[in-house]
Amino acid sequence: MRFKAALENYILVFPAVLIFSIFYIIPFFSVLQLGFYEWDGILPTKIFVGLNNFKEIFTDRVWWQALWQSGYITLIALTFQNALAFLLAWACDREIRMKNFYRVLFFIPPVLSEVVVGLVWQWILNGNYGILNHWLTHFGFANLTRNWLADPNTALTTVAIVHCWKGFGWGFLLFLAGLQTIPRELYEAARVDGANAWSTFKNVTIPLMIPVVIMVAILTILGTMQVFVLIYTMTGGGPGYHTEVPVLRILASMRGSSRFGYACAQGITFGVILCMVSFVQLMISRKARN
Amino acid sequence: MFKTKIICSVLFSTLILITGLGCDAKQDPSKTSITIWHWMTDRDPAFKELAKRYEEKTGVKVNFELYAPSDAYSQKVRAAAQGSNLPDIFGILGEKRDFASFIKAGFILELTPYMNEDSSKWRNSLFDKALAVNEFDEGNSYGIKPGIYGVPIDIMTIQMLYNKALFRQLGLNPNRPPKDFSELLEIGKKIKAANLQGLVSGWGEIWMIDCLASNYAFNIMGKDKVIATIKGEVPYTDPDWIKVLSVFKEMHESGFLASGLVTMVNKTAEQLFANERAVFAFNGSWCVNVYKGMNPKLEYGAFLPPKISDKYPMAIWGGAGSSFMVSDRSKNKEEAVKFLRWLTDVPQQAYLAEETNNLPANKESLKKIPDLLANFARAMDYATHPRVWGVSEFSPVIEAFDKGIQSIIIGEKTPEQVASEVQKVKERELAKKR
Repeated sequence: MRFKAALENYILVFPAVLIFSIFYIIPFFSVLQLGFYEWDGILPTKIFVGLNNFKEIFTDRVWWQALWQSGYITLIALTFQNALAFLLAWACDREIRMKNFYRVLFFIPPVLSEVVVGLVWQWILNGNYGILNHWLTHFGFANLTRNWLADPNTALTTVAIVHCWKGFGWGFLLFLAGLQTIPRELYEAARVDGANAWSTFKNVTIPLMIPVVIMVAILTILGTMQVFVLIYTMTGGGPGYHTEVPVLRILASMRGSSRFGYACAQGITFGVILCMVSFVQLMISRKARN
Repeated sequence: MFKTKIICSVLFSTLILITGLGCDAKQDPSKTSITIWHWMTDRDPAFKELAKRYEEKTGVKVNFELYAPSDAYSQKVRAAAQGSNLPDIFGILGEKRDFASFIKAGFILELTPYMNEDSSKWRNSLFDKALAVNEFDEGNSYGIKPGIYGVPIDIMTIQMLYNKALFRQLGLNPNRPPKDFSELLEIGKKIKAANLQGLVSGWGEIWMIDCLASNYAFNIMGKDKVIATIKGEVPYTDPDWIKVLSVFKEMHESGFLASGLVTMVNKTAEQLFANERAVFAFNGSWCVNVYKGMNPKLEYGAFLPPKISDKYPMAIWGGAGSSFMVSDRSKNKEEAVKFLRWLTDVPQQAYLAEETNNLPANKESLKKIPDLLANFARAMDYATHPRVWGVSEFSPVIEAFDKGIQSIIIGEKTPEQVASEVQKVKERELAKKR
């Protein structure tokens, strides 16, 4: 009977395992295997190069610059984007007028296509005919106008801010859901005990929101480190290498240089780095929770 | 109950496998059918009309399948090659070494015997420079058997364009584009003073920077030295290469280059030029069709990039715009060759030129095209292309060179710094090759 039940379970799980294996496990091992070869993606023959591709990554200055730049965008997203999302969620959780309208409004950017967002912002930020420079000039800040995406001093921060604008809606939604799960009685009890708004926020809201904050932070890191479409549309990684990110480099190795093996090695390395970051963050968050 | 669950699971798995892995639609076996994959959105309706005409004439069905954009198309062709699913006819987007890899892997049929039939009638009808892009010479560095492996269906040249109305606004003769580089820099100063935008182009996409840079490299040091550099015999730190890189510094400093050029994609550049927001553009002959669609009243002219030196002639990129290859593994390769021969014949080429404003690959069809388009065709005398040089530069070197030019334009690096960095990448790649 137990055998029959176990068999039944295995059979029911089989379709899901099959799909997962075909579309995830097998490609993963293929990518891992290709990382040890030099291959142009066309010829049937692949040259085994051992760890050479991985060694080359360590000396690839542009790769590390791209990684650092995606780290910078992630830092801005973790702080600015999530702080904004939390504040807006907190405001919408209170009894304010038109709060449903704001909820919808704040969730519009995440549902828009990244390509569309990239192109729209490219027009807004254009140095010659962009709306931003037009309004800056109109309000007497002509000295601040610049070509935001072509200036090496502003390009990376600009794409980071656009990324935050595009992504803060997800954080907003999660924070709002988290805030709504906090029992109202706790706020009432705090008020009865004479707590002011700040101490209620500090002693009730923040501790109960820690699991949500951790989840949002992990999702932000994993999502932002892999940022690609927005940058590809807005700057293509330029000017120079100033807005290059790891996924763009992987694409450049694969498509530009026809080095599929090296691209796979970059993909594996990047995956390992992301796993390590997530692991470290999980450890920190567990400590914080305790 | 248990049996039902098992049956359901097995059925479900089978269904997923079938839908997930896909299956081919059956075709009428009595009728010969040729499948062609391409990426040319603008030419798709004309291709389909020609396919209809061909079917009426011969009974052979031709299916043109469009896969755009070109990036996605390129990946699809590579993936199909791996799965041995290439269609009867397809195009290859990429460098000559990619083309060579497809041939080495046995995916492409050699067309030399067909081209040489009837005293080379087919071969002689096509532009030599367009054919050269699809040809491998004796002793080529890719190790490919000498011969022709592709059929050009149109040609292109990449030149500079100027807006005649804005030339008038600047007090310049609208029928006299700059003749030499110093004149070009003088115009740059006027553009800057008038607060207009100078040259626009898709330099955010990198390869177009490479194109203008190699134009000036040919003019400054000649073809042999450029080839010697690619072979690793001349370093990028050579004074002539620094001079090439300095061209971009001078153009930027004079005000000749539009702001934001380094991250500009060609579509944006085309919009700016078509809407008369930029005095100059650097674009290929395909732009005639694009500008016509964006602003039919645009008054503009084309000219070769002005020479910087009289020692060597100016060379521009040109040759085959798009080419088709026949799959060597196709069951219908004879029919596929016949179709390509028909497609590149005068009436079909004239029809394509008329409908799409692209330059025909057939020399005889040129008599029937508009003057501006013919102007681009005349520049074929100056045309060259990396695909005909017989050697290819390493991709990381090309990237370092082009990104370096971007850095020069934004004032971040000097030509000397970029030359030194490019040379380091070159040495690294050479060492790897050894």
